[in-house]
Amino acid sequence: MGENMLEVEIAGIKMKTPVIAASGTFGFGLEYTDFIDLNKIGAISVKGTTLKPRAGNSGCRIAETPAGMLNSIGLENPGAEHFLAVTLPKLAAYNVPVIVNISGSTVEEYGELAAMLDVPGVAALEVNISCPNVKHGGLVFGTDCNSAASVTRQIKKSTKKPVIVKLSPNVTDIATMAKAVEEAGADAISLINTLLGMAIDIKSWRPVLGNTVGGLSGPCVKPVAVRMTWQVASAVQVPVIGMGGIMTGQDAIEFLLAGACAVMVGTANFVNPRAMETVAAEIKEYLLARGLKHVSELVGQVRV
Amino acid sequence: MTLPKTVEEASVVEHVWLSNQVRKLVLYAPQIAKEAVSGQFVHLRVADQIDPLLRRPISLSSADAIDGKISLIYRVVGHGTERLSRLSFGEIVDCLGPLGQGFALDAVRPLLIGGGMGIAPLVFLAECLRPAPIEILLGGRTKEELFWTEIFKDNCEQLHITTDDGTLGTKGVTLDILPELLQHGKFDRIYVCGPRPMMEGAAKIAKEFGITCQVSLEAHMACGVGACLSCTCAGKNGKRHKICSDGPVFWAEEVF
Repeated sequence: MGENMLEVEIAGIKMKTPVIAASGTFGFGLEYTDFIDLNKIGAISVKGTTLKPRAGNSGCRIAETPAGMLNSIGLENPGAEHFLAVTLPKLAAYNVPVIVNISGSTVEEYGELAAMLDVPGVAALEVNISCPNVKHGGLVFGTDCNSAASVTRQIKKSTKKPVIVKLSPNVTDIATMAKAVEEAGADAISLINTLLGMAIDIKSWRPVLGNTVGGLSGPCVKPVAVRMTWQVASAVQVPVIGMGGIMTGQDAIEFLLAGACAVMVGTANFVNPRAMETVAAEIKEYLLARGLKHVSELVGQVRV
Repeated sequence: MTLPKTVEEASVVEHVWLSNQVRKLVLYAPQIAKEAVSGQFVHLRVADQIDPLLRRPISLSSADAIDGKISLIYRVVGHGTERLSRLSFGEIVDCLGPLGQGFALDAVRPLLIGGGMGIAPLVFLAECLRPAPIEILLGGRTKEELFWTEIFKDNCEQLHITTDDGTLGTKGVTLDILPELLQHGKFDRIYVCGPRPMMEGAAKIAKEFGITCQVSLEAHMACGVGACLSCTCAGKNGKRHKICSDGPVFWAEEVF
């Protein structure tokens, strides 16, 4: 019983569970094969990929904070060509949808990346318009409706793949951003990216992170993420993928009730490399205990 | 090369103070003990709760495939290690490992150089290099930091000590006496783990003497398996290295 109760389809991406690896926290999936069966997770959103290789930020890149962490990796990655030539063929050995998270510094660059990645083996693109750790692009596109919309349009013109736009929480009104990218053609919306934060070493009086500020993630951001997921899901018609501090199935269920059709698990992968397996199993247990037949019965059912 | 890694519920067999800040934790972790090589580390979840959230990477000071035990020597420095230091006999700790790439064990006449907590992985290394004749050079600020001499005394031919204040061995730092040691010894390899300036300095001197050198780097890390890229460093010709999975042990010329 309950064989298919976790299966979902979002923007044409068929997934065995609604639990997806969040970009930047699961490498390219291959780093985790000793711990978790990639065939059993919903999908993998791979490490943010750019047109050219990036070395990322210098200095200290992570800082632990109460029930969370700050990071300022700065999109270190081997570039799209390397991804296509080396990584994607390796991922073909697994039966799991591969979502490629992309970042550009200009609208044209996003388009170029999207076109390059319009190849078999790529299930969808997730557009990072909200990386807080890079100077050009990233957050700039994520905090301005018009820029976010033009990036989305450019990508939609350049690929036939489903396009998921990942929103930044570092905005005044997230619902307006969501509507802007929906109108520009986004097939789905994922949120939240990390919250801009800062930690200071009181011994040296210096910022802990080499980049001064960084993105906050982990359980501490969950209430903000649930609230934004609810606001966005209430404002748009396209499917919403919720994330932010999910450690357990119970956490994931909050996002589903808020209106997310699927969730992404991020920081939890660092703490427990099998977290996604546990989260999916706990969602299923919850459904069974409540006599529900399918995970979709939870979506958006919060009684406000 | 990728070695098998696992998540193991390890139980505390022994937990003792070696100095007023440093503890030795012995865990029964048979799967990790079976696979581990010197230079590797484990990634410990110090609490079931979400605070402290991240695992703590700690180098292996020993691993015995036969009795299934691993030992970790760590300094209580912050939130995580303070929490770790509260573990008592029989308690379970979630242990991810063994992680990273270890030392090359092909040395015939090795010199091991350690400073601070960088000495911890050298304990395992010395054990693994036997029966090769081993010499060890340890540096510390003061005599109290060098409780390590007891640990090494049965596993080496000769132990050289420097302290900043001269309370034990030669007054000064390891790099002061390294050239002289290399002049008189017939070393074919040096292994260094300690503060970065010490490792860079030792690597430079080793190069001058035409001796191969391995260093073990340290960095803040989240995942420990090469996914988060918190711990990467620049190598030669623009190459990027992940300290957690390409290292922590590197040939000096790869990273300096």
